[in-house]
Order: sequence, then structure tokens, then C-alpha cells
Amino acid sequence: MTTEVGSEPEVKKEPEKSSEEAQAEQQQQLAEQPAEPSESEPSAAAEPQPTPTDSTKPDNTDQQENAEAEPSSPPPSSGQKKEKGISRFLPPWLKRQKSHSQVEPKESSSPTDTPNQTLTEKQEEEEKEEEEAEAAEEQVGKAPEEAEKRQEEAGPKEEGEAVSPVVEQPAETKEVKAEVKEEVKAEEVQAENNSVGSVETQPAKEEKEGTSAEKKGEKGGEEVQESSVLSPLKLGKKMKIVVCHVTLLDGTQFPCEVEKRAKGQYLFFKVCEHLNLLEKDYFGLSFKDNADQRCWLDPTKEIKRQIRNSQWQFAFNVKFYPPDPSQLTEDITRYLLCLQLRQDVSSGRLPCSFVTHALLGSYTLQAELGDYDPEEQRLDSIADFQFAPSQTKELEEKVVELHKSHRGMTPAQADVQFLENAKKLSMYGVDLHHAKDSEGVDIMLGVCANGLLIYKDRLRINRFAWPKILKISYKRSNFYIKIRPGEAEQFESTVGFKLPNHRAAKRVWKVCVEHHTFFRLTNPEQPTKSKFLTLGSKFRYSGRTQAQTRQASTLIDRPAPYFERTSSKRISRSLDGAPVISVSDHGHMLDSARTPGSGENGHDPALELSSDSKSPQVEEEAEPGKGAVAGAVPAELPFETGTDGADSSETKSAEDKLNSEINGQPEVIEVVEETVVIEEVVKAAKPKSSAPEVSVTVASSATEEVPEVKEEEEKSASSDSESEEEAEFHPQSPSDSAHHIQEEPEEEQEQSQKAPPTNAEPQQDAEPETTDKVEAVVNQQKEEDEKTPGEETVVAPEDAPNGHHVQDGEEALTSLGAVAEEEEELEPCVVNGDASHAETERVPQVICCSEPPVVKTEMVTISDTFAAQKTEIATKEVPIVHTETKTITYEAAQLDGTGDGEPGVLMTAQTITSESLCTTTTTHITKTLKGGLSETRIEKRIVITGDSDIDHDQALAQAIKEAKEQHPDMSVTRVVVHKETELAEDDD
Amino acid sequence: MQADFGRFTHAVIRAAPDSLAAQALRSGPAELQVDMEAVRREEEQYVSVLEKTLGLRVVRLEADEELPDCVFVEDPAVVCGNTALITRPGAPSRRKETEALKTALANLDLNIVEMTDESATLDGGDVLFTGREFFVGLSKRTNRRGAEILADTFQDYAVSTVPVLDTLHLKSFCSMAGPGLIAIGSSEAAQKALKTMQQMSDHKYDKLTVPDDLAANCIYMNLPDKGHVLLHCTPEAFPESAKVFEKLKDHMLIPVHNDEKRKVDGCLTCCSVLINKPSKV
Repeated sequence: MTTEVGSEPEVKKEPEKSSEEAQAEQQQQLAEQPAEPSESEPSAAAEPQPTPTDSTKPDNTDQQENAEAEPSSPPPSSGQKKEKGISRFLPPWLKRQKSHSQVEPKESSSPTDTPNQTLTEKQEEEEKEEEEAEAAEEQVGKAPEEAEKRQEEAGPKEEGEAVSPVVEQPAETKEVKAEVKEEVKAEEVQAENNSVGSVETQPAKEEKEGTSAEKKGEKGGEEVQESSVLSPLKLGKKMKIVVCHVTLLDGTQFPCEVEKRAKGQYLFFKVCEHLNLLEKDYFGLSFKDNADQRCWLDPTKEIKRQIRNSQWQFAFNVKFYPPDPSQLTEDITRYLLCLQLRQDVSSGRLPCSFVTHALLGSYTLQAELGDYDPEEQRLDSIADFQFAPSQTKELEEKVVELHKSHRGMTPAQADVQFLENAKKLSMYGVDLHHAKDSEGVDIMLGVCANGLLIYKDRLRINRFAWPKILKISYKRSNFYIKIRPGEAEQFESTVGFKLPNHRAAKRVWKVCVEHHTFFRLTNPEQPTKSKFLTLGSKFRYSGRTQAQTRQASTLIDRPAPYFERTSSKRISRSLDGAPVISVSDHGHMLDSARTPGSGENGHDPALELSSDSKSPQVEEEAEPGKGAVAGAVPAELPFETGTDGADSSETKSAEDKLNSEINGQPEVIEVVEETVVIEEVVKAAKPKSSAPEVSVTVASSATEEVPEVKEEEEKSASSDSESEEEAEFHPQSPSDSAHHIQEEPEEEQEQSQKAPPTNAEPQQDAEPETTDKVEAVVNQQKEEDEKTPGEETVVAPEDAPNGHHVQDGEEALTSLGAVAEEEEELEPCVVNGDASHAETERVPQVICCSEPPVVKTEMVTISDTFAAQKTEIATKEVPIVHTETKTITYEAAQLDGTGDGEPGVLMTAQTITSESLCTTTTTHITKTLKGGLSETRIEKRIVITGDSDIDHDQALAQAIKEAKEQHPDMSVTRVVVHKETELAEDDD
Repeated sequence: MQADFGRFTHAVIRAAPDSLAAQALRSGPAELQVDMEAVRREEEQYVSVLEKTLGLRVVRLEADEELPDCVFVEDPAVVCGNTALITRPGAPSRRKETEALKTALANLDLNIVEMTDESATLDGGDVLFTGREFFVGLSKRTNRRGAEILADTFQDYAVSTVPVLDTLHLKSFCSMAGPGLIAIGSSEAAQKALKTMQQMSDHKYDKLTVPDDLAANCIYMNLPDKGHVLLHCTPEAFPESAKVFEKLKDHMLIPVHNDEKRKVDGCLTCCSVLINKPSKV
């Protein structure tokens, strides 16, 4: 564990976890192994994951063998995640091995692990608790000193290790609680990663392959247990079971036991099974977050991580309202949709006129009660039905009058009629979100099947159909859409909206991404596989699209399932009623048939396993009440050392601070709030979010000729961070992909550019060495308030080359200047957060690990700049829409104190943005010619948006790992982790 | 909702007062002489078409000399389904026109909703109902608050706002010429407004472009025995535009004279409130 800085709480937790986890992990692993092969086979996507896991395993393998640490993490999910992270760090050959070993990840991992063993031992406990990769990261983070030792020892170790020290530092600075949180976060992150990488990617494949995967998934929960049973190791482990209470559409409660680390899809599957629902892609599970906002349970992520400290209370709801309900295949699906709409209508969420209220009500009566019976139905009994938000006698009379006219109509027919009328309502299927426009005027954003609607009061003031939208992104609490230029327009325009907080922005963004994919696309977009700079994965809708679900529905071959309609009257009166819908035996059959592709059910052993590992974390999370903290993730743009004179000075000061801090723990408080900047890169627009969460900026510059110097690599065993401050989504319509295509190509180009240089240098191997070189300066602000997770800035400046800032002018400038300011300002006061935004309370801790400038580059601690920006922003509250034009200022880069005096010639500049569930990665690739040397500089900004638990260290480590993996030839010159927390919101 | 678009059983009209000639509001030159005799003739033809040709039950309201514009009953009331929104006309001199109309509509058993908010103004001429949704022109006569109240009144439908800058009303250059068919003028302002409407709508509309903006104001009905019916401008008034309408083969085309009232900004739709009151079962 973390021997050094008192991470007592962690230790305690860890031991527990370790034992339990270890067992569980082992079990899981065992289970996973069998499962994995099958998965891998069906889906190509799955394959990549296993490999990564292997890689991770190698690091931690020792533990695994011992059954102590690493194994603890649920093999499938965690393993995968970790693997990814680790794999990145690992040199290519290791990776390959891993890949080969995929079938038997553990084995392969174990051998590789040996090098890390020393490290791992220390952290074993932790590792056990968390995933392997996480553990490694955590270890590093916890004890910087240890990390150093490790580095020495582990010299051979991978880059990841090197990074780890950085991570450790932050951890140290943080209090014990913080550490725990971090761990949790890390775990989450990993989970997300897993989900993102594997799950998301898989869906399409799975679907294609279909049944096999689904079947597995369907078996889900059971399988998990089975798997555990199967693995001897697991026997020892105790599954932590939590009872989820799901409110069904008929108002009844469905209690469902799930393993504490189960993913959302597992619970969702159980509910659908209970309901005997096959056409389930239109539905979802929702829960209320701390702010009482309804959130959709992400099927690919652990439940625990999503609900945080909230109750295990969920609601089964319609998520995608089918525009034409008559196309649904089964009556039971229509029935459930009717139930949802009755709720929507009676609650006022779906406004309609008196006449429509009456008409819908009359169909409800016909469906629930059958033909009008004058003897049975009197007005006083009708009053038990809730037809409208404010129900009048007049309405009831009208309902009854209309009911009489429906004589002879079957319940199913009545439902059809109900839906035919409901679907015409203008607000049918419109998911509303409060927001402000660029002028601060209150508006509503309505996400629907066709696009995005803008309402001001009741009036529709604008509408953006999906085909018109080129990009959807959010940054901090701002939400942006980039609009395709009109006929007469030459330029794309970006429209921004201000949401109440970061979470809300993220929520809208996600809903948009999901709706676009579901309704507009034929197949879900594959999350971009980690191309170069892709840190983390992109969030994408992982389920089936409407087209797919319709197609799947055609395969439904079962007699219409019997289901009992619950009289809505009963429902309204009391919830005592038994579940209305009887589950039929058909359920399994159906499920298998229907959802072949998506592993929604969470049957995947991996998922289950992961859940196990996470369980301990859950406990931890609860303790600190950290929920609020995680929320803020400042997206920081990667600032590279290259700076203008002013910047340099600022940076220097920052550096000084950092340096001083290094030993001690310098406190750099960065204000959570960051400027919202949308960067439009020449080709691809990259949103740089200065979100309130953790942003990891990794700048790697590869100088082809001078690769040696740059070998420094920071290894942070940071887990993937889930947080997404910023996210972009480029809606691609099947038909019109012009823009998208363009963007993608760009990315590819970038990759291509980057790739060539990287190949030459095997820096990864060297990493251990590099680590030595790299001096990590950790500035940690010890925040008295544990609650507010500060921002951590880890800067590993290596080369002056950093000067290539392709950053958007605004961002770069602001960041640099701001950072400095922030440090000064921020340090003293945690108050910054108070500024306008909900983010007020954030007490960001900034940990700056600056590695001594390796070769050319001087270490510039950018932390200040970030902070400054943030502070400024906070005060001013950034206007909603920022459209930044990325100006590639190569010159500025040169200006940097770094050795390069010569201005380079900018050859190319690219910006790529990728999104994962919680992570937004913006990659800037610039290629410059300096004095005959071509230098490729890649700046990656990773914004992790997490609600409460983000392990910054892990995030950092992961970012570094990924960067290394992706660009083996390149050196990591600088890493900045910025953490912003929006406590206020969460608390609210 | 959409199935019976254009189906009407009743029409409310109001006789033109003599004061119209001199006092009616007008955006055109004040010198333009209005021949009240011609106005009467037009009125006669209008009613005749509605009542005799089309078989609607026409409710005639008495003219009020105090209200020179009272013939334009479209503006004080918006009827959709069985709900009538009594508006608050943008021109203060017309506010009292609502009283008689409210009474008449109430007598037809419509649900009456009154726009009492004193910050709201809305002219029915700015309200385009397509059968699927409303477009409300934000003009000199209609403000956002008025549109909001309309949205609150007809909650089943989306209500989108369309800026109207150059003309008196939204329907000064457009109207419905059929289900999903918008007749639109050719002016830049009209075309721009159409684009706005198309962007704001989830529905696809066909457009019938006519050379003259004013000619784009026509009355579409879908009557049980007549099918598609279109009251439109006369060839004498707008020859080119009339040719466009004449190409509508599926419609029963009825040219209607409106030259005199046009002098005081009167359009075809302005002169009646059409109501669909299905006979009770």
C-alpha cells in the first residue's frame, strides 16, 4: 500500500479489499478467462481489450499469482481497463505478448508483471482493491518517493511507473480520504474505459455477431455468479449484493438483487426480463442524482459509480420515444409506452389541450376498464384516474363521454389509438433541459428524435435538425452545437448554451449523442479506437439504433406475451399492487433472440467481475461523501512550455512554486472554473474544455533527430479518468457524412504524421530511465477541505519544442496567463469557486509534477496559467459560446525559454477530439520544421468529467501511458493535470 | 388533428362599417380612396361563396362604426379545434373588436380563452396554422408574449415564431393552400420567412410560390362534398399569381374579389373566422 504518506484510511480499506478483492478478482479472472475467449471471438472489439489486460497484468502479474493484489480486480472489466492503460505504457512487444495471451490474460500478465512486482508489492493491497492498472497508478501517486525508488528498482519498468510518481504525489497531498476517493475514481475511470473501449466498440460487432454475445450477456447476472462459482478462487470471495428498487411504469416496485459492482445493463436486463420485454432498446433506467436531476443509468458502467451516494432507487422509463409507435412489434411494448405517456401527460411533462386530455383519458379507460359500463363506472370512480395535471370534473365528464364511443375496442387497440394521438403532440418525445442562451436568457433545450429544439417559454424559437448539426460538444457548463453552413453561408457557426452546471451540460450532450445515434444512424458509431492520441475512449451510444431494434424486432417470434394491465387507477392510489406484468418463460428466449449484439444485459463475466472489484470502492466512496468533489473536472488545455515572454515569466514563477512544492507539497489552487473555449482547429474542431474536472494534458514532442534526449517519460499509473469536461460528438448522418468524413480524415492524418516519427524511437522501453530524468514537481495544495478536490497539475516539461502551441489563441493565452494568476490567487483562497458558477466551492488542489526539463525543454509549470484562467473565468463567467479559432502559433512555441531560438515552420497542424463516457481528449498535432529538423508535436488535452470520483493520478498516468503507447517514438514533454471540482453543485 | 385540416362548418364574418373608408388603418397611402360600394359588393360575393357555394353556416355580426376595422374578424380571434383564443389586437383602436366576436364564438359553444395579459398583443393575421403546428409572426401587431399565450392555449401544437419585418402580418405573404402546402409570395422577406418556418418545423411542407406576396393569401378548405377548395385572388388583380393557382388541378378554385379591402390591408383570410363544429353524435 502507500506506506508513506498516511493513507491510513486507504490502507485499512485496502486490506479489506485486498483480501476480498483478491479472492474476487481471482474468481473473476477465472471466470473471465473462459468468458473472454468467447467474447473475443464474437467481437473484434473485444479482442483489443483482452490484450490490454494482458499487458496490465504483466505489470501486476505478481500480485495476480499471489492472488493478492491485481487479481482482485475483476478480471474482465477491470482487467481490460487496466490492460489498456498498462498496455499503453508497455513497450510494443509486451503489448503484443499480451495480445497473444489474451485468451489467458492472467498467465501472460504474470510474467510481465514481475518487473513491477516490487512496486506492486507495496501497493498490493491497493491494487487488489482496484484494478491492476489502477493499483499501479495509485501506488505511484501515493508515494512519490516510493515511486522514485520504484523507478530505480524498476528501472526496467515501464513508463507508466515513471508516471506513477506524479500520481503519487497528488495522492500524498491529498488526505487519506482523498486517496480513497481517487482510488475509487480510478476504478471508475477504468470501468468507464472498459465500458467505453470494449463495450461501446463491441456493440456493433456484437450485434452483428449477435446472438452469441447477447446470450452471454443475457445470462448475465447468473453467469456472473456461475463464473464465480466456477473459479475456485472466487469461492472464497463474497459477493456483495445490493437490492435495487426499480419503479416500474405501472407504479409498482421491482426489487432486484444485484452484485454491488454490477453494471447498469445487468439491472436493466433483469427488469426487462421481469417485464417480459423484448423491444427494450427504447427504454432505460433512470435515477435521481444528488441534485435530484434525472439521470440515465449507463448500461456500460457500474451502477455504483453512477449513483454515487444516492439510493439504489431506479425508475424504468422510456428513453427513446418511437416517433411511430405503430411500428412497434409487440403490444406489450406499446403498453409500456402508454404507461410512460400517461405519466408524462398526468405530470404535465407532456402538455396537451383539454380535448386531448379527454381523448387520451378515454382511451386509457377503454384499455384499462374495457367497454363503458354505466353501472360500474361512475364519475367518482373515474376520479381515481389521473388524466391531467389539474383534473376537473368537466374533464372527467368529457373522458367518460368519449369512453362511451370506444365500445368494442380491445385494450391493445385502445393503446394504439392512445399512441396515435399522443405522438402528434408537439412535445412528444422531447427531452427538455433548462439552459440559457448566449445572452443569458432562459431557454429550454429540447432533444428529440429529429434534432435539437430551442424553446423560450412555450415558444419554439429555433430548431436544429440532426443533419444540420456538425458537432455536439460541451465544455464545462456550456453546451455547443456546430451548425452546418446554410446555402448562403460560407462558414460553420457554433451555437452555445449555458447550462446550470457542468453535469447538466454533460447530460444534455449525452442525451444528444444518444438520440442522434438512435434515431439518425443505422448503426451506432464505433468509438474511435485509440488512434494515436486518443486518450480514453469516447462516449457513444452503445445500444442499438432504432433501425437495428426494428430489424431485431422483426425476428421476434413468440406468441404475444400475456401481460396484465394494471388499472391506472390502482396505480395512482397505491403502489401496493403486484407487478402488473407477469414475466413469461419466453423472456429468456426473446432476450436471446433480440439482443444478440449488445451485451446490455451485463452478462459478461467481465462486467460482473469488475463489479466485484469495485465494490470495496463503493464503500470508500460513501464514506467521504466525495460525490460532489468528483464533479468538477477542469479541462485544461495542454500548455506546452513554449510561451510568450509574459507567459514564460508566469510559468517560471509557477515553476518555482512547483519546485518548492516538490519536496513539500506546494499548494497550487486552481480554480475549478475554466474558460469555456471551443477550439476550432483548422480541420477538426477540438473543444478545449476548461471544465471543472480533471484535465490531463500530455504534450509529446518527437524530434526525429533528437529522440534520445526526449526519452523522458513520465509514467503515471493513473487509471483512466472518466471525467469528461469537454466532449465532442460529431453526428454523422448516414447520408451526409461530408463533414464528418473530413474530420476523421484529419485525425487519421494526424495519426499518420505522428506515427512515423514515433516509430523510430523506442522510448517506451527507455521510460524507466527517463523517469529518472524527469523530475516530478508536485505541487499539491493541501486543501484543508478534503471535500474539494483540487486541481492537480502535473507538468512534465521536457523540451522546448513544446513551443508549438497549436492551441487556440484564446486558450493558450488564457491558460498561460491565467495559470500564473491562479496559482497566486488561488493558493490563498479556496474561495474562487464561489464565483458565479455552481463550481464555487471547489478547492482545487493542484499538483504539479514537473519533470526537470530533460533535454531541451525547460520545465515550465503551467499550473498557474491554468489556475489563472480558471479564476478569471470564474469571476467573469465565461460567455456561453466561445468559438475559438485555433491559431497555430508556432512562433510562440519558439519563444519559449526552451533552447529553440529558431522559429519553426509550421508544416501541419491538426486537432483531434475524441470523447468517451467521461473523457474528452483533444489532440493537437503540429508538425514543424526547425532548422531542417522536423518536429512533430502532439498536444493532448484530456478532460475527465467525473462526478465525484476521479483519480487524477490515475488519469494522469493513463494519459501518459496512452500517449506513450500511441507514440512510442515520441517523448512526453509535459503533463499537466488540472483538477476542478464543483462542489457547490454536487452539494446542492 | 391533421385529418380534418381545412374542414369547416361555420364562418363568422362582420359587416364593414362606413367608417372603414376614412378611418380604417392602412399601411398604404392614405389618399387611396376606398369605395364603400365596392366593399359591399366584395362582401356579398365573399359571403355568397361561403354560404351558397360551399354550404357553410355563416354567422354575420353587425358592423360597428366605432370600429372601422371590424370587418377583419380574423385578427381578434384565433380558432383551432373547439377552442377560441380571443386576442389582444396590436392596434389599440381595434381592441374592442373582440367583444362581439367573443360573444359570437361563445354562442357556438367554443371554449373561449381570453388574452388578458396587457403586455401581450396578437393579431390573428400573424397566426398561420398548418394543421400540424402554428407559426406566429412577430410583427408590429404581435409580440412574443402574445405568441406565448397562444402556445399556452393550444398546447397540442408546436408554436414557432417567425420574424415579420416588412409587412403588416405574417399572412400578408403566405397562407395554407392545402394540407402541407404553403402558398408563399416571392419577395425576399416572404422567402426568408418560409425558410425560417421550414427550419423550425419537424414537418415537411410543400410550397406554392406565387409572384405576388398579397396573392399568397388564400383560403383553403377541405369540405365533405367539395374536396379541396381554394379561395384565391382574381386574375384581374394578380394575373400571374392567378395562373399559379389555376395549376392546382385537384382543387376547386374560386377566385374572390378583394380589391377594395386590400386598400386597407384586407386580405382574403382577414374577413372570416372559420370554425369546424362537428355535429354532435
